[in-house]
Amino acid sequence: MVRPTSALSSGEITARRTIVRRYWLLCLPALVLLVFAASGPLLIVLAYSFLEPAEYSGVVWSLSGEGWFKVILNRDIFDDTISLADAHMTIFWRSAKLSVLTTLLTLAIGFPTAYFIATRPKTHRQYWLFLITIPFWTNLLIRTYAIMEVIRNEGILNSSLMSLGLIGAPLQILYTDTAVLIGMVYVYLPLMVLPLYAAMERLDFRLVEAGYDLYATRFQVLRRVIVPLVKPGIIAGSILVFIPSLGAYVTPRVLGGGKNMMIGNLIELQFGEGRNWPLGAALSIGLLVTVMAALVFYVRNEQAER
Amino acid sequence: MEAQSQPAVAMEARGVSKIFRGPEGDFHALDSVSVSIAEGEFFTLLGPSGCGKTTLLRMIAGFEHPSAGQLLLHGEDISDLPPYRRQVNTVFQSYALFPHLSVAENIAFGLRMLGRPNAEVDQTVDRMLKLVKMEPMRNRLTSQISGGQQQRVALARALAPAPKVLLLDEPLSALDLKLRKEMQIELKRLQHETGITFIFVTHDQEEALTMSDRIAVMRDGHVLQIGAPREIYDQPANRFVASFIGETNFLSATSEGIVDGGIRIRIGDTVSVETDLPDGVDPKGDLTVVVRPEHIVLRERGAPDTLSATLTNAVYFGTDTHYHLELASGQHPIARRQNAAGAPERVEIGAAIGVAFAPSAARLLRD
Repeated sequence: MVRPTSALSSGEITARRTIVRRYWLLCLPALVLLVFAASGPLLIVLAYSFLEPAEYSGVVWSLSGEGWFKVILNRDIFDDTISLADAHMTIFWRSAKLSVLTTLLTLAIGFPTAYFIATRPKTHRQYWLFLITIPFWTNLLIRTYAIMEVIRNEGILNSSLMSLGLIGAPLQILYTDTAVLIGMVYVYLPLMVLPLYAAMERLDFRLVEAGYDLYATRFQVLRRVIVPLVKPGIIAGSILVFIPSLGAYVTPRVLGGGKNMMIGNLIELQFGEGRNWPLGAALSIGLLVTVMAALVFYVRNEQAER
Repeated sequence: MEAQSQPAVAMEARGVSKIFRGPEGDFHALDSVSVSIAEGEFFTLLGPSGCGKTTLLRMIAGFEHPSAGQLLLHGEDISDLPPYRRQVNTVFQSYALFPHLSVAENIAFGLRMLGRPNAEVDQTVDRMLKLVKMEPMRNRLTSQISGGQQQRVALARALAPAPKVLLLDEPLSALDLKLRKEMQIELKRLQHETGITFIFVTHDQEEALTMSDRIAVMRDGHVLQIGAPREIYDQPANRFVASFIGETNFLSATSEGIVDGGIRIRIGDTVSVETDLPDGVDPKGDLTVVVRPEHIVLRERGAPDTLSATLTNAVYFGTDTHYHLELASGQHPIARRQNAAGAPERVEIGAAIGVAFAPSAARLLRD
């Protein structure tokens, strides 16, 4: 049998396989970390969600579906009637609503910001990007308290508005959903700006000129040329903002007070004062699965479009 | 008074200047340029890089605004209009096709932005695809077609909205030689079929000569000469135009006095010819005549009306041969002779020969 000259000999193939196998070793530290520090604990959480809560926190090693049951349902203490867990539903709804709003607001603020930076001269861009990353240098908790200092009743915002005579009484912003929203938009804005900037930096502005040349107005160029071309950046930024928003803990805790809980706070509650570890574990896994399912669905949809 | 019907003016620039202000001082990209381009004309802006040809084109498109002067499209001042309000389309050097759209959607883009009804858009796109012979590729993405095909799509996209003027910014420079020659013919065909005024920017003098109805030769923000290709080639206005368009020989000459209808000049010791005296040439100063290589004829040494020369080199080019000569005056002209069948025998390098040219081939030049 005559073999085509371009085909690799079996010796060459083996050699190549060996090289590829050696490259695998390079990511071994990361793999070890992933297995022992991420997947392992996650499996423990998954196991806990199917156990019974012990009296004073922790778990009893007997199988039970009660944790998962209580995620969305409530059993009446007296007559065992089953109803929807209204308190949980309110928290889920608030988490979803605030995360979507955060994503939309960061996109609305981040898009023009990224466009501005990407259209500066190359030497100036570094400087603007540096400014964007400055908040990362400060601890999240401190940044959140700074926001609190601005929006609280005697804070900068209210006192300046009152001294200007625009309002008679302080606006109650702190400990509302609005406060949580403001805080999350502030915290997650850089995560939106950076991938958007990366996409816009690669944008060929000659295409923008071509759009104008072909009778597209400014808005049409934005809608028909720029947005479709930076779409990967919009998607990446939205994912980077939406997912941590959904699990946000510090911001709703500090700015939302005790009443305006999000899923993250609810989970913390179950592992703390609630003393219901299986419910907390079930909530954690539930959140994880929901986010992953949404992501997979989204990515599949995107690929189908192409 | 003869009532000759002048073709309507499609595009006119009146005293257009462009100054780019920068930290290292101002740069005058264009200095009071005036051109008038007739409807249906294939007009070429020709010049080396940095001469202002692309700046002028971008101003007509609306991407730059003139610092002074006016731009008129069919008599209407468009100087202050944004690009999307000008009935002018551009074929970009890089093509600038939209990578997120198919071939057909690229071509439809302009018509859709103009809000044309779907039926009309579809019909025009079909017609354009046929015009540039790209029908089988209509649903491809622009990244899935070759450079030459992208070129065709860029042309179709710019022609689809039926602009009053089509601007072409060195559209052939990215193509290889063979494809470029094909596209030159293709462009002429498209212009003929659509009847649209083409304004073509290039630094390639051969491209300009073969395709244009008229050429404007530019340098350093000025238009040096406007004319038909033959006019520019045969009667270059100055030394730069003469050397930029085609190959040429400059020979120094002295005046023997004004004669009826021109001037009698002497070149070397042996040749004396009568020629036109162009405007702006001082007949008393040092004179330069330009003689194209194909107009120089090799003769025997000492034949009447020839300059004595020595053959220093002969370079074979397939269709013709270039003979490098050295004159007694020390100048080094080049003669070109076609390698036609039955051409005279080869001339030996180092041979002493005579060089002749017809009086009409010598043209006095302004510096």
